[in-house]
Amino acid sequence: MATADWNPLGNVYYRNVELYQMDWNGLLELNQYMIAAAPYGGPIALMKDDKKTGRVSTNVKPIINVYNAAGKPLSQLRWNSGNVVHLGWSNTEELLCIQDNGVILVYDIALNFKRTFGMGQEAKEMKILDWKVFSSFQGTGIAVMTTSYRIYLINNVDDPRVRKLAEVPDLNSAPSSWTILNLDRQSRALVAKDAQLFLVDHGGQYQEQFPELASTVTAFIEMAVSFNNKLLAMFTDKGVIWIGSSDLKKVYCEFNTKASQRPQQLAWSGVGAVVALWDKLCIVVGPEKDWIKYNFESFVYLVQEEDGLRIIGNELHQFLQKVPDVTEQIFKIGSMEPGAMLYEASKEFSRRSQKADEYIRMIKDKLDVAVDQCIQAAGHEIEPSKQKALLRAASFGKCFLTDYRPEAFVDMCQMLRVLNQVRQFSVGIPLTYTQLNHLSVPVLIDRLVLRKLFCLAIRICHYLKIPDAEGASRILAHWACYKVQQKHEDEEQLARSISQKLLDAPGVSFSEIASQALEQGRKQLAIKLLDYEPKASEQVPLLLKMDQNNTALSKAVDSGDTDLVYTVLLTMKDKISNMGEFFMAIRQMPIAYSLYIQYCRQQNPKLVEDLYYQEDNFLAEGNCKVVSSYSEEMFEDRIRKLEAAITCYQKAKMEFASKQTEDQIKLLKIQRKLEDESNKTYIDMSLHDTMYKLTQNGNHKMTEQLRKDFKVPDKRFWLLRMEALAESSDWTELERFSKSKKPPVGMEAFVDVCMKYYNRTEAMKYVNRVTPDQKVKCLVKVGNLKEAADSALESRNEDSLNIVLSKAIQSNNKQLIETIRDYKIRLNTKK
Amino acid sequence: MAAAGAAHLSSGKINLGVLRDHYRRELIECIDKCTGTKALVWDDALTGPFGLVAEYSLLKDHEVEKMFPLGPKTLQASNVQNIIFLTRPKLKLMELIAQNLLNEDHKGPQRTEFHLIFVPRKSLLCEKKLKEMGVFGTFTSVEEFSLELIPFDNDLLSMEIDTTFRECYLENDFTTMFYVAQSIMTLQALYGIIPYIYGKGDCAKHVVEMMRRMKGELGGREPQITPQIDNLLILDRNVDLLTPLLTQLTYEGLIDETFGLNNTSVKLPAEKFIPKNQKPDEPLEPKKFILNSSDELYADLRDKNFNAVGSIVSKKAKAITLEFDERHQAKTVGEMKQFVTKLPHLQKARESLTTQTSIAELVKEATNSDGFMETLRCQQDFTNGLETDKIHPYIEECIAKKDSITKILRLICIQSYCNDGLKPKILEYYKREIIQAYGFEHMITLMNLEKTGLLKTHGNRTYAIIRKSLKLIVDDVNEQVPNDISYVYSGYAPLSIRLAQYLARPGWRSITEVLNLLPGPKVEEIQQIPVALRKRRNSITSSHSSTGEQRVTLVFFLGGVTYAEIAALRFLAQQDEGGTDYLIATTKIINGSGLIETMKEKIESVKLNPF
Repeated sequence: MATADWNPLGNVYYRNVELYQMDWNGLLELNQYMIAAAPYGGPIALMKDDKKTGRVSTNVKPIINVYNAAGKPLSQLRWNSGNVVHLGWSNTEELLCIQDNGVILVYDIALNFKRTFGMGQEAKEMKILDWKVFSSFQGTGIAVMTTSYRIYLINNVDDPRVRKLAEVPDLNSAPSSWTILNLDRQSRALVAKDAQLFLVDHGGQYQEQFPELASTVTAFIEMAVSFNNKLLAMFTDKGVIWIGSSDLKKVYCEFNTKASQRPQQLAWSGVGAVVALWDKLCIVVGPEKDWIKYNFESFVYLVQEEDGLRIIGNELHQFLQKVPDVTEQIFKIGSMEPGAMLYEASKEFSRRSQKADEYIRMIKDKLDVAVDQCIQAAGHEIEPSKQKALLRAASFGKCFLTDYRPEAFVDMCQMLRVLNQVRQFSVGIPLTYTQLNHLSVPVLIDRLVLRKLFCLAIRICHYLKIPDAEGASRILAHWACYKVQQKHEDEEQLARSISQKLLDAPGVSFSEIASQALEQGRKQLAIKLLDYEPKASEQVPLLLKMDQNNTALSKAVDSGDTDLVYTVLLTMKDKISNMGEFFMAIRQMPIAYSLYIQYCRQQNPKLVEDLYYQEDNFLAEGNCKVVSSYSEEMFEDRIRKLEAAITCYQKAKMEFASKQTEDQIKLLKIQRKLEDESNKTYIDMSLHDTMYKLTQNGNHKMTEQLRKDFKVPDKRFWLLRMEALAESSDWTELERFSKSKKPPVGMEAFVDVCMKYYNRTEAMKYVNRVTPDQKVKCLVKVGNLKEAADSALESRNEDSLNIVLSKAIQSNNKQLIETIRDYKIRLNTKK
Repeated sequence: MAAAGAAHLSSGKINLGVLRDHYRRELIECIDKCTGTKALVWDDALTGPFGLVAEYSLLKDHEVEKMFPLGPKTLQASNVQNIIFLTRPKLKLMELIAQNLLNEDHKGPQRTEFHLIFVPRKSLLCEKKLKEMGVFGTFTSVEEFSLELIPFDNDLLSMEIDTTFRECYLENDFTTMFYVAQSIMTLQALYGIIPYIYGKGDCAKHVVEMMRRMKGELGGREPQITPQIDNLLILDRNVDLLTPLLTQLTYEGLIDETFGLNNTSVKLPAEKFIPKNQKPDEPLEPKKFILNSSDELYADLRDKNFNAVGSIVSKKAKAITLEFDERHQAKTVGEMKQFVTKLPHLQKARESLTTQTSIAELVKEATNSDGFMETLRCQQDFTNGLETDKIHPYIEECIAKKDSITKILRLICIQSYCNDGLKPKILEYYKREIIQAYGFEHMITLMNLEKTGLLKTHGNRTYAIIRKSLKLIVDDVNEQVPNDISYVYSGYAPLSIRLAQYLARPGWRSITEVLNLLPGPKVEEIQQIPVALRKRRNSITSSHSSTGEQRVTLVFFLGGVTYAEIAALRFLAQQDEGGTDYLIATTKIINGSGLIETMKEKIESVKLNPF
C-alpha cells in the first residue's frame, strides 16, 4: 500500500521515506562526532568531538571528514589549526570551521583551504561561548556569543563585515537560549534571559518581547526557526513547546511534552511541524497540538529542509515530510479525486481490464486535472518505480485529451531524470522536486562541478538543452581549472587536451584557466593556454603579467584596439629601462611603432625626431626639423634647423626637398635684409607675396632680382605684377609694363585686372588692344554691351552674339535685346 | 521613446529609430549614474552629433540644468550637484579639462562632484594624462558612452570622425577602423547578423578581420534576430580617391560644397531670409537650417542634379498655389472644413518652399561665377582623360592669382589620378609653383599628399581601363530625368557607387579585372546564420529573383562619403529593376575640400625675435 508509511497528524499525513542506507554503517558512531550537514541534500562533515567521546583531550590533531548524503567519503583533512568548536556549511557549500577564538576558516568541499576571517577583537580575546550559522538575506551568516555574552554577527561569509548587536540589559550569565531571526531584511538576535525575551539588532536597539503564552515559564531553553524564517518554536524548561510566528505576534499552539530534559535537537520539518529529539525518541508536533512519535534504534541527527526534515543516522538516511496534497489526493484510501481515478484506470489498463474505461468515463470532464495531478504527484516520489507508475497514468490520461499541452509532462520527465541521477548513491544529493525548483538547475550544476562530477554536469546540460555558453562551456572551464591544478600531468599534453575539449565550446575564458595555471606556478602552461583566449582585452594584461611583452604587443596589435596597444607600450616602456632596447622591441611591429610616434608627437616632439633618426628615416626626420624650425624664435636658429633638414633630405636623396629648403633659406636671408632696410615685415611671406609687396612698394629692381634668382615663370610673374600694380593703382606703371615686351598673357588679362579694381577707363585702353576673337568678351566684361553686339555682328559670330544677348536679358535692357535680335536676323539672312 | 524630431528616422527600410533609442538609453544610463542636478560640459565637436540623438528636453528630464562648451575657463559658478564632462578621448582636451578643474580648486571647497564620460571609448592615454596633471582623482566616476554611428537620416549613418583617411594612410593609425568594426557589431546586435560581407581596400580587410575577432569574442552569444540587412559592402576611400575630389553637382552636394553641411545643418547668410523691406542696420548672425528628409520638399530636391532643381521648385510652387486657391472654390461648409484641416500642412509646405527657393538662389549665385564654371570644365577635361599630361593653364593661372590653395590641390590631385600619376617634371613644376606662391610650409602638405597617393608620379596606366570598363564617363547624361548615376556629377559616375552597382548586379565576378587594378585586397565573406533565423524568401528559385522582396545592403564608406555618392546610391535604390535598398554608413560625410584640408600639415609660425 502506498499509504503504509503515512502517519496522520491532525488532518494531514506525514511520512518518513528512506533515502539511503549509509555507506558508513558500522564504520563510525555518529554520537561521537561534531556534525554539520548542508541543506539541499548537501555534504556532511564529521569531526571527532572529545567532549562526546568522553576521552581526555590529547594532542593528537583531530580529523575532519566530508561525506556525501549517502555516507560516501569525499575528502579528509587532518586539522592543524586552533580549537574548532563548531562546523557549518555556507549556501555555496563551503565548510565553515569556527574556532573558539572566533576565527573562522573556510574550506571547499574537497577540504582545500579557501580563506579565513575573524569575528572581531573581543571574540578573539574573550573566546566564544556559543555560535549560530544562519541563512541571512545576503547569504550565509554567522553569529557568535562571547564569554561576556555579547553577540557579534556577519551577514555574509563571502563579505565578512562584523557587526556588534545591542546588549541585553543586565545579562550576567549565559542566556538560557538564543537564535537569529531574519526580520525586515535585517538579522536580529532573539535572546532568552530565562523567561524574558529580547530582540536585539545591530542598530543598538533592544526590545523586550511578550509573546502570548498560556503556560507558566521560568526559562526558554531551546529555540528553532523554520527554514523559511517565518516560524519559530521555543522549548521551555517545563517541557512545553511554544509554536508561533517568528515575529512572536502569532501563536499557533503550546504543546506540553511533559519532558523535563532539554531536547537534543529542536527542528522544523518544512513549515508544518516541529520535531523535538531526545536521544532515540522524537516527537513531531503539528500546529493543532497533534503529534506523532518516532523511535530510532540509535543516535540520529536532524537537518531542516524547506519541505521536510532529513534524519541522518548510523544506518539510515531518512526524509520526514508532510505527504504533499496532490500525493494525498491520489493515494488516500477512498479518494475520489480525478487523479486517483486516473491512476486506478491506468492500473486497470495495464491489467487489460475493461474497468479502465469505467474509471475514465467517471472523470471524463476533469481529465486534464487528473493528468496534472498525476504529473505533480510523480514529482514528489523518490522511488523511480512510483514515479513511473504515476507518469504512465498521466500519459494514459493524455491520450484522451486532444489539446493538452505536453510541456508540463515533458518537463517533469526531464526533471525526474535529473533528480534520479543526482540522488544516486555515488552522487548523493537527495534533492526533492520542490527543492530543485527553489535551488534552480544552474545551481545544481555548480554543485556537481564542486564535487568534480564534470561529466554528469555536462550530460545534464546537454540533456536539458541548456545553451553551451551558459552550461557546458562553464563546466568545461571549471574542469580545465581543476586540471591545471594537477601537477603530475605533463604540461604539453595538458594544454593539448584542454584546448581540444574547450576550443569548440563557446564563451570559455581561457585567460581564467591560464591565470589559474599561473597561480599554480605553471607559467609555460599558462602561456600555451592563453594563446587560445579570443578576447585580447583579457589576454594581453595577463601576458604582460608574465613578461611576455612581445606576444602581448602582437596580440594587442592584432586586436586593433589602440588602447590595448598603448597599455602594452607604456608598460613595456616602464619595464625596459634602456630606451634603445625598447625601440628595438617595438620596431618589429609597424602599427605599434606608428602609434607610439603618434603619442610622442603629442607629448614630446623632440623624441619623434630621435626615433626617426634611429631608424634612418631621414625624410621624416627632415620634415620634423622643417616643422620645428617654425617654432624657433631666433633667426639663426631657424636657419640652422633648415640647414640640418637639408642634410637629412640629402641623405634621403630627396633632391627636390633639399633644393626647396635651400631656396627657403635664401629667401629668408633676403627677407631679413629687406626688413632691416625697409622697416617692413617680409619674413614668413611666400616668395610670391614678397614680390607682390615689393612691387606695391615700388621696389621693382628687387622684384626683378628675385624673379631671376628664383626662376619665377614669366606668366605668373606678369600676372603677379599686373595685379600688384592695379591694386596699388599704379596705372602708369601698368601701362608701361604692358608695352615693355610681348606679354605672355593676353591683353584681356589686363582688362580683367583693371575691372577687378573698378577702373573702367583704364580697362578700355586695353580692350582696343585685344585680339579680335576676344574683343566681344572683353567688351561684355567692361559692360559695353552695345559695342559688344556691334563687334559681334562685325565678326559675324552668332555664338558671341548669343552671349551678349543673354547678358542683355539679364540686365533687362529691352532696347538692346531688340537690337541684338535684329542683328541676329541680319546675320542669318546674309548667310 | 520615439521622440519628437526623429520620426523621419523610422520611415526607412531599416528602422534607425531603434538605433537612436539604443543610444538614448545608453546615454541616460550614463547620466543617471550620478544623482542630483547636473551640468554638462561639452567637447565642442560632440554637440552636433549629440543634438541628433538626444534633445535638450530629454536631458532636462534627467536633471541636466546647464550646459557649457568646453573651453579653457568654462566652469561658471553654478550650484549644481554634479558636473559631467563629455569628451572625445583626445589628449588636448584632457589638458583643457585639467585646467578647468585646477581653476575650480582655487575657488575653495565646493560640494560638487565631477564626472567624466568618454565618447565613444575610454582611453588609457587620456586617463594617464589626467593622472599626470593630478586631477584624475577628482572624478567620482569615469564612464564611456559608445556613440558610434549617429543616425542622420532614415538611410544614413555617420560616425563624424573626419581624420580617418589621414590617420589610416598617413599616420598608420587604424583606431577608427576598430570603432567601425565595433559599430557594425552594434548594428548586428540590433538588426541581426549580416550574412554576406564584401569589401575592397586595405582598411576594409582590416575591419572584416576585426569583426571576425569580435565575433569570436562574443563566444556564441550572438543576437538571435532574423537578419534585416542582407549584405554589407565595405568600401575603403582609398579605392576611389577621385570621386570626392570632384565638385558635386547635386543640390545637397552643392550646398555642402559652397556652405558646408554639418550634422545635417547648414549656416547661411541671414540677409537672404528676411523680407526685403526691412534691411537690418548691422550684419546679422548666419541663420541655421536643419536639412533632412522630414522636410518633404527637401527630400525631393536634395539628390537631384542642381539643373533640375529649378523646374521642381516652380512645379511645387504652382501646386501649392493651386491648393491654396481651392479655398475660393470651396462652397459648402464641409469643403471649407476640409480645406482648413489641410491648412497647417499647406502652410508648412509654403514655408519650406520659400526656404528652399532662397537656398537655391544662394547656390545659383555661387555656381554662376566664372571660377566655378572654369573649375568644372577643368575637372571634366581631366576625368575625360584630356590634357592630363600637360601643365593645365587654368591651374597655372589660379596659382598666379593665388586662388584658394585647397582648390588648387584638389585640381592637381584630380589630374594626378586621371593621368595615373603625373610626369615627374610636371609634378615638380606644380610643387615648386605652390611653394613659391603659397609658402615653403606647404612642402610638408605636398609630401603628405604624395605619401597617401593623392599625388603621385607616373605609375601603371589603369585609369583609362577603369574608366571604360566601369563606364565612368557617360556622355548623354540626362540631368532632369536621370537614367544613370552619372547625373550626380553631370557625366561622371562615381567609381565607388559603380562598384556597389556591379555588386548588386551582376556581381563582382564580372569585373574581376578592374577590381584587381584598384588598390587594396578584395574581401568576400559569409557569416553563417542559424537556419531558424534565415529569411524566408517568397521564391524558391534564386535569391536574385525579381519577384523576391528588396534586399538591403549596408554600404560602409571608410574615410568618408560625399552627398553626391549618397544621392547616387539612393537613385539606385529607387530603380525598379535594382532590387536593392541601401543603408549608408560612413566615418564622415566629406567633400573634396574637407579631404584636402585634413591632409594639410598645420604649421604655426612663431614670430621671430627681431634681434
